[in-house]
Amino acid sequence: MSLQQVEVTTEDLRHLVSNRAIEGETVLLNMGPQHPSTHGVLRLLLELDGEIVVNCIPDVGFLHTGIEKNIEAKQYEKAETLTDRLDYLNTMGNNLAYCLALEKLVDLDVPPRAQAIRVIFTELQRISSHLVWLGTHALDLAAMSVFLYCFREREQILDMMEMCSGQRMMTTYFRPGGLWREVPEEFEGAVRSFINDFPRRIEEYEGLLSKNPIFLDRTKKIGLLSIEDGIRWGVTGPSLRGSGLAYDLRKEEPYSGYEQYDFDVPTSNDGDVYARYWVRMEEMRQSLRIVRQALDKLPKGPVRSNNRKFVPPPRAELGTSMEAVIHHFKLWTEGFPAPKASVYVPVESPRGELGVFLEGDGGPKPYRCYWRTPSFLNLQVLPLLSKGHFVADLVAIIGSIDVVLGDVDR
Amino acid sequence: MGLEQKLGHMGVVTTTLEQMVNWGRTRAMWPMLFGLACCAIEMMGAQASSYDMSRFGMELMRASPRQSDLMIVAGRVSRKMAPILRRLYDQMPAPKWVVSMGDCASCGGVYNNYAIVQGVDEIVPVDVYVAGCPPRPEALIHGIMTLHEKVKAEKIKEWA
Amino acid sequence: MGIARSAELKMNSALQSIVKDLENVFAAEVSEFRGQVSLLISPEKIVEAARAMRDKHGFDMLTALSAVDYWPQREPRFHVVYEFKNIKQRLRLEVRVPLNGDEPELNSITEVFPNANWHERELWDMFGLHIKNHPDLRRILMPEDWVGHPLRKDYPLGYEEVQFTFNFEEIDQRKPRPKD
Repeated sequence: MSLQQVEVTTEDLRHLVSNRAIEGETVLLNMGPQHPSTHGVLRLLLELDGEIVVNCIPDVGFLHTGIEKNIEAKQYEKAETLTDRLDYLNTMGNNLAYCLALEKLVDLDVPPRAQAIRVIFTELQRISSHLVWLGTHALDLAAMSVFLYCFREREQILDMMEMCSGQRMMTTYFRPGGLWREVPEEFEGAVRSFINDFPRRIEEYEGLLSKNPIFLDRTKKIGLLSIEDGIRWGVTGPSLRGSGLAYDLRKEEPYSGYEQYDFDVPTSNDGDVYARYWVRMEEMRQSLRIVRQALDKLPKGPVRSNNRKFVPPPRAELGTSMEAVIHHFKLWTEGFPAPKASVYVPVESPRGELGVFLEGDGGPKPYRCYWRTPSFLNLQVLPLLSKGHFVADLVAIIGSIDVVLGDVDR
Repeated sequence: MGLEQKLGHMGVVTTTLEQMVNWGRTRAMWPMLFGLACCAIEMMGAQASSYDMSRFGMELMRASPRQSDLMIVAGRVSRKMAPILRRLYDQMPAPKWVVSMGDCASCGGVYNNYAIVQGVDEIVPVDVYVAGCPPRPEALIHGIMTLHEKVKAEKIKEWA
Repeated sequence: MGIARSAELKMNSALQSIVKDLENVFAAEVSEFRGQVSLLISPEKIVEAARAMRDKHGFDMLTALSAVDYWPQREPRFHVVYEFKNIKQRLRLEVRVPLNGDEPELNSITEVFPNANWHERELWDMFGLHIKNHPDLRRILMPEDWVGHPLRKDYPLGYEEVQFTFNFEEIDQRKPRPKD
């Protein structure tokens, strides 16, 4: 924290706006950090010609938390609790990315039962993230009942997470080497009743929105993104699949056992807001397919690796075995060392490619943990998408890119 | 609280002005949308089905500070956001209350570093702190009930 | 990270020919760890290397751009890490650029990959690497009038001290309070 002040004048920022703003022909409007339709604290500086957006300059950083620097100050396993809070709608996905990177760095094995349960939870998390997206997107476009329905479904998923890990959102259920603990008996029944019930709910939402003339009018031909622009600007995830490129990391570089499951990658060739909406609705259906297959094939076995150099022993062993006590002590006070090398592991989050760049230095704390977050890059393309549209369309475009500001600002 | 029982046979209710005013303030307190991070999702969950805050009078969340009484600071406040938080608090008309929801708003939470304000009470005076990371919707509703109890015990002179 | 000739490391054949070509043209050092290949290229050549990767070898997406600070070591102090992805052939390649000294400069690759714009602003903001030829170099995550570059290793974490009984009053006086 500093005490000096540095002067920032308007002269420094003049290059951002066109000449018309300076002459007074267009209006500069601040769509401030506190606004009902920006999903989080995003500040947009809009240059408007009447109602039409000439230029839109996003100003981020209002949620910057310094998580990367905090991770450098903690040991590997203890830093995992901080990783939940980056993209707070995809908490288990963040845990998964971090655990995969750590397991690759130290070469730790994960038993197949743990991999299958990780897949189940990641896909359920994808569904719950898309439900929040749908609820808030529809709320911005004035379809309020969809918001209430989506949150009702989301409560069921949060109940399942609470059943296994004790926490609704920030679970830290995936640990290096597998899972924290075995799932309870009610888990399978709860998941089955959810996946049997959910398909007709998706049809309910589609019945409310897909053929609704107001929704179609507000979303067709708005915010067009071509594939070349998407690749040049680093857009990934449903935003790129809505433009036509079938690029999904679960198929391209499978991790955690995804190659065993059979699912499609929905794409649409239109590239507008409606296309991205359609892609995400289809993705929810494909996620259900994956969960059903994973649950049917769920293997039996341990849920965490046995490698005592990295994984603490179960408490029951502490009374009988001296090595268990020593391992427990060393792991919880000092932590395990990682080699002096770096890995980069990408994972498919509901927003796009979530990558973790983890560098170790031979000690128990990460030397550098960089998070390549999808919303950071997807938001960069917002000025390109919104040129020439009305301000009301800008709201629809921000909703369709699905930014989570925790991801952008880290 | 059967109003009919209090009427007696003359059709007249007697009470103090303070009780009336506080009753009015608690039964229709409008929160301002100030969801910043993860706690905002739980706040939205508290507003939506299953845990409905409209039962308690908070039917809508006004985005404009000029039209709201309650500011629920939900989420981590970074140093860049802090002056804006103060400005929004100043824009709210009296009477106004602040509920600090979650650990990050109450005390800095998990983050003890350069970028997060360690507790929003460094910037605005807080009435109720709700703990949790994020707090369950029921915890938030309990916090708001506690605030209602506090408001019912207020004197009119405090906001005069 | 061991440094070895590219012919000896295990990687698939398509990647091997690309890496060999880049190694010869840009005098890069190749290393490999757990199947991931990394090239060390000197800072003057990074823009041409990025252009060669995009045009000649088909690496059309820049997926990540960040830096690592090796303070107190000064030569090099920073390694800037670029991650490239070839979508059609499913290849990934990492390029590291070493930078020396406390206020290093680096050329921007926004003309080759436009999405490096915000990444390089973050490098300036968090590490203090001055990026030349960048269209809009301002702070992105910290407030504009902040002094210092937080992710450097010599920048403190900035945490709040715990108030024990022996230093309770002393810290209490320093704590900020709101003006009601």
